Amino acid sequence: MSFSLNRWWAIVLKEFLQLKRDRVTFAMMVVLPIIQLALFGFAINTDPKHLPIAIVSYDESDFTRTILSSMQTSDYFAINTDYTTADEAQAALKKGEIQFILTIPSDFTKKLLRGEKPSILLEADATDPVTVSVALASIDGIAQQVAKKDLVGSLSTLWSQKNPFEIRVHRLYNPNSINQYNIIPGLMGTVMTMTLTMMTALAITRERERGTMENLLATPARPLEIMTGKIIPYVFIGLVQASLILFASHFVFGVPFNGSIVLVYTVALLFIAVNLTIGITISSLAQNMLQALQLTIFYFLPSILLSGFMFPFYGMPVWAQHIGEILPLTYFNRLIRGIILKDNDLAMLWPNIWPLLIIAVVMMTLAVKFYKKTLD
Amino acid sequence: MHLCSIPDSLWKLHLSTYENAIDVRGLNKYFGDKHVVKDLSLQVGRGEILGFLGPNGSGKTTAIRMLCGLLTPDSGEGHCLGYDITTQSDAIKREAGYMTQKFSYWEDLSIRENLDFVARVYELANRKHVVDEALETLGLTSRSSQLARSLSGGWKQRLALAACMLRHPKLLLLDEPTAGVDPNARRDFWEELHELASKGVSVLISTHYMDEAERCHKLAYIAYGNLLAKGSAQSIIEEQKLFTYEVTGERLMEISKVIEKDPAIEQTVIFGSTLHVSGKNSEAIEEVLKTQQFKSIPTSLEDVFIYLMKHTRDNYGESYEL
Ligand SMILES: Nc1ncnc2c1ncn2[C@@H]1O[C@H](COP(=O)(O)OP(=O)(O)OP(=O)(O)O)[C@@H](O)[C@H]1O
Ligand SMILES: [Mg+2]
Repeated sequence: MSFSLNRWWAIVLKEFLQLKRDRVTFAMMVVLPIIQLALFGFAINTDPKHLPIAIVSYDESDFTRTILSSMQTSDYFAINTDYTTADEAQAALKKGEIQFILTIPSDFTKKLLRGEKPSILLEADATDPVTVSVALASIDGIAQQVAKKDLVGSLSTLWSQKNPFEIRVHRLYNPNSINQYNIIPGLMGTVMTMTLTMMTALAITRERERGTMENLLATPARPLEIMTGKIIPYVFIGLVQASLILFASHFVFGVPFNGSIVLVYTVALLFIAVNLTIGITISSLAQNMLQALQLTIFYFLPSILLSGFMFPFYGMPVWAQHIGEILPLTYFNRLIRGIILKDNDLAMLWPNIWPLLIIAVVMMTLAVKFYKKTLD
Repeated sequence: MHLCSIPDSLWKLHLSTYENAIDVRGLNKYFGDKHVVKDLSLQVGRGEILGFLGPNGSGKTTAIRMLCGLLTPDSGEGHCLGYDITTQSDAIKREAGYMTQKFSYWEDLSIRENLDFVARVYELANRKHVVDEALETLGLTSRSSQLARSLSGGWKQRLALAACMLRHPKLLLLDEPTAGVDPNARRDFWEELHELASKGVSVLISTHYMDEAERCHKLAYIAYGNLLAKGSAQSIIEEQKLFTYEVTGERLMEISKVIEKDPAIEQTVIFGSTLHVSGKNSEAIEEVLKTQQFKSIPTSLEDVFIYLMKHTRDNYGESYEL
């Protein structure tokens, strides 16, 4: 017996009617995003380490080598040697694979020796201002170190100047380091993770607890029909939430909107689907509503903490990054920031899209597998 | 071969070839280490109404759930409507109508919405007409937009029954469908049941009402998971070979306490102003009762069931916490 659209539609209609009658839930799903937006207007400061940086160097000397090695030892930066040309580095910055680009001009050493105070360009992805400010605080110290080590003997006169060379900083994408630019788009995924997962996690356990599951199981409806039918209404709820947050972030918090709105909704839809499948998996695993809630929180906490929403992703220890890489919110955060703040196109977003597709398919398969067709 | 792949024309052939609507042998079910249904074998013929009786917790609901594929038997085999109960429960679900003991429709949907859901999920043709008709027969047309939650207990029961009958199943599995339903509605319900049976619909119905038991073609009595008696009401009564006497007079309670101690007396039950005394040995009973005013009466179904229940409690019941 295959998938029947009639039976599926019967479930969809039933869920819509029940959701319509459940005013409290309905209100919660709309009010929660607003409350969270208000709460997260403030930033959480952190001390990130090992932020990926690409070096584009047109000059090689003892001085530049000292700069690089002191950067390496400072712990704040991790030099990424994959990108060495300006174009490669810019593309990587846009995709979010690196956080900084350091460009050393070709006449750097020459000017330094002549005492002309050359400058080095540090471009920062300031989408996340916390990251940038920490790194900038450390960069001054690096300049001092170079001076002490290499500017000896006859060159020590150069040292006596306050700064032998200058580091110029370009903050890209969020030039004024407004934390809300980072937080608000990130909040979109967080709110959706929480509410959508929880609502669908309750979907099947609620039937079980109210005793209506016995009736549902006695009908010819198939597990896949029941589960996909049950999540459809929440797709709409998710889209409403996404719209609310987008609206508020632009008109209330003034977050600039650089990217394509179609792309935003496309990735939002995908992310909604992923969370609903996770919720429904929890629902078929859990025995009762309390367990479903606990499992949701178990999924939600690492999502907020390790997805790059609260702490910069590359600033976390490696093991935490690995956990982050299996959380859908990690990819969604990169996607939504990439679109809204950096105008990424589909090709640039793809590396963060396919993991979501895989998670959705795996979760739906698990949900159908765990779904109990009997009351045993 | 899997039945689902058989074309439509053969389906009908298949359906017309089964002999018994229910035919199961040796069903067993454990919950943990509790043996809830023991070696249950049941046959329900076409157009037959089988009454399923037994004390609370005896395994009736569990047995019915196994028949329609909601519980997997730990052992045993059998067919419902010609479909294997362990491998073809999808087909059984589609063609049999199961009514749960506890109301299990959606209380936050209206009466019409509940019926409409059933009609859709079973893919009934002419959905609107079918639902309207059901509302009409129920007499709920004017209240159809009321939420199911707001119905009284008896009405909920009648709604569930209507939903179950909506698609005219060939086999009805009804778990205490008339619990809490008033006598008038019960009589209508039984009339309809007999009418359906005359058209070839088979019915398995569990009940605690003796008057309903007497209306069934056949009865099955289960206690502590054991099927103790099977057959028509008459044959079950005869099988137990009980003699029953009716004692009248004053202070029946005291009399009952005294004579109960005698081994010849199997049971005493007070029915209003009379006392029923049953036992296997008529002479011994008459000897015990000789100082009382008594007369011999036919043993009733109720006397037999009370006797059976007591008897099994003594034999199997110790391990049970009720
Ligand atoms: N899901 C379950 N888990 C564990 N034990 C169960 C479960 N369902 C039923 N039981 C036990 O199985 C036994 C039989 O229960 P069942 O509901 O089949 O009785 P019943 O004959 O329908 O009783 P009633 O007349 O009260 O409806 C009871 O002792 C009950 O406690
Ligand atoms: Mg029962």
